Amino acid sequence: MASLTSSTPQTRAPSKTLVQRVRGYLAKNGTFWLMALPGLILLFLFAYAPLPGIAIAFKNYKFNLGLWGSEWVGFNNFGYLFATRLTTRVLFNTLFMNGLFIITGTTMSLILALLLNEVHGKLQTRFYQSAMFFPSFISAVIISYFVFAFLSTDTGTINRLLQSLGMEQISWYASPEYWPAILVLINLWKGAGFGSILYLAGMLAISPEFYEAARIDGASKLSQIRYITLPLLVPILVITTLLAIGRIFYADFGLFFVVTRNTPQLYATTDVIDTFVYRALRQLGDVGMAAAAGFAQSIIGFALIIISNLIVRRVDPDKAIF
Amino acid sequence: MTQTQTRPFNRYRFTAALSNVLINIALALFAIACLIPLLMIISASLSDEVAIAKYGYTLIPTQFSTLAYQFILRDPSQILRAYAVTGFVTVAGTLSGLTISAMLGYALSRRSFAPRRALSFYVFFTMLFNGGLIPFYLFVVQTLKMKNSILALILPLLVNGWNVLILRTTFQQLSDDLLDAARIDGASEWRIFFQVVVPTSTPVLATVALFMMLGYWNDWWLSLLFIDNRNLYTIQYLLYNIQASVQAINSDPRVLQALGAIAVPAETTRMALAVFAVGPIAFAYLFLQKYLVRGITIGSLKG
Repeated sequence: MASLTSSTPQTRAPSKTLVQRVRGYLAKNGTFWLMALPGLILLFLFAYAPLPGIAIAFKNYKFNLGLWGSEWVGFNNFGYLFATRLTTRVLFNTLFMNGLFIITGTTMSLILALLLNEVHGKLQTRFYQSAMFFPSFISAVIISYFVFAFLSTDTGTINRLLQSLGMEQISWYASPEYWPAILVLINLWKGAGFGSILYLAGMLAISPEFYEAARIDGASKLSQIRYITLPLLVPILVITTLLAIGRIFYADFGLFFVVTRNTPQLYATTDVIDTFVYRALRQLGDVGMAAAAGFAQSIIGFALIIISNLIVRRVDPDKAIF
Repeated sequence: MTQTQTRPFNRYRFTAALSNVLINIALALFAIACLIPLLMIISASLSDEVAIAKYGYTLIPTQFSTLAYQFILRDPSQILRAYAVTGFVTVAGTLSGLTISAMLGYALSRRSFAPRRALSFYVFFTMLFNGGLIPFYLFVVQTLKMKNSILALILPLLVNGWNVLILRTTFQQLSDDLLDAARIDGASEWRIFFQVVVPTSTPVLATVALFMMLGYWNDWWLSLLFIDNRNLYTIQYLLYNIQASVQAINSDPRVLQALGAIAVPAETTRMALAVFAVGPIAFAYLFLQKYLVRGITIGSLKG
């Protein structure tokens, strides 16, 4: 009793300062914490809390046993994954198609930006840009509808055109060999206009004095582009390409799944990691292998993003995402 | 003599004018190519079904008919329900998502908020790494039990790192004097946020809101993962489902019997449904493209 009373002043003094410190902290930061909390919780729920589920890649997952009841199998799922011939195909398609998208998309966006840069009428520029951005706001489902109007075997515009030219009709949804080209076109339609704005912004930042000097020297428009515009755009080009390469293992699921109408005859050229994982989960029920593929994609993708960003930071620290 | 003097000048003018014309032609062609697919859908929806079978899809209806629209409007319950679900998801998602993202962005933008660096990284990391589809799917279905819940169409898209960081950057540029003046007047941080910060940042908030709206309106992926209940079909997922059942019937006619209740609409009706899905966006785009174009610039230049 005596020791208790004698000790209280001693213990109370530090505990009071702790309370005071907490109070002081809350007075300064409490409101901000309250403002931040809903967003932080949502990000936790949908980005962080699922992460332990990565363990499924190392389990023989059974729906009835759940995540932690299923048996650990080490790297078996990865063994199956790399044993199927499908994996090579899916990996090749993902890298090949994304590679094509990067090359064609960058080229087209650059060309559009060069052209837009030469248009001086405000109204014209606005019309072109508005039209070019519009496809970016159209969902993959709608894209699949009009692609069908073009490519339907019986009623499609393209086949009717071939017919009127006396050529043989093509069964597009059964001919995988055409789809890399088709998807490249759709991807250009969808994203080239949107992509051009970055390059256009880069061109507008180039000092007009360079062009004036070139004009006085009698340089043609083409050589101005060749020797002034393009060299000055190289940093932006390098950066956008690197960032795109950082995401090369992630495919546009809508494009490869919905626009191809998930047609098995087309898998030879259109099956990519994302569609493979989806089918393994929802159609084949092979959750373990799907998770293994997804896990490999996440890890390699993460490493690539980090590496590409490190290189970007070397080129231009301002353009690095972190 | 005078001729030779003026000739180089004229030639320069001529090539400049010619290249100007060619550039405009090239851009106009690309711009038209961007719009043609939409016209194809509209044209098909206004075509006669038999004419489509006979002449194929054309840019201008070979035989004009509004039968597809009459057919849909005769029993509009399906499309109205899809509109109601999509509208609710879009409005609820955009309003709450914008509020939550802006509050988070504002907190992270304040230098007096001690853990802002660590929390910014917490937000940013979600953009770099994710566990992939399977962990996400199983967590939402088994832990959150959101299968066939409208929440599954709203919550996952509510907050994304990109929007939060754009908003944070914008709020960082707000003048401290403005906020300090409000603080001296005795305004709480909440009042400062809603009555000073929000009104002065409307352009960016509007742009982020527009992108969120588009994201919700166009989403079919979350429905594909989490929705079986036909009462919860969004307009995009309704279209996706119609397309998928057409596909199934084409590959195996026996599916038709198995599908039972799902009536597969004719091609023109399907295109008319697509017009219903894309119409509001095309309409909104006409009025809002100014903001969107500006917003794209903000996004691409990384504030």
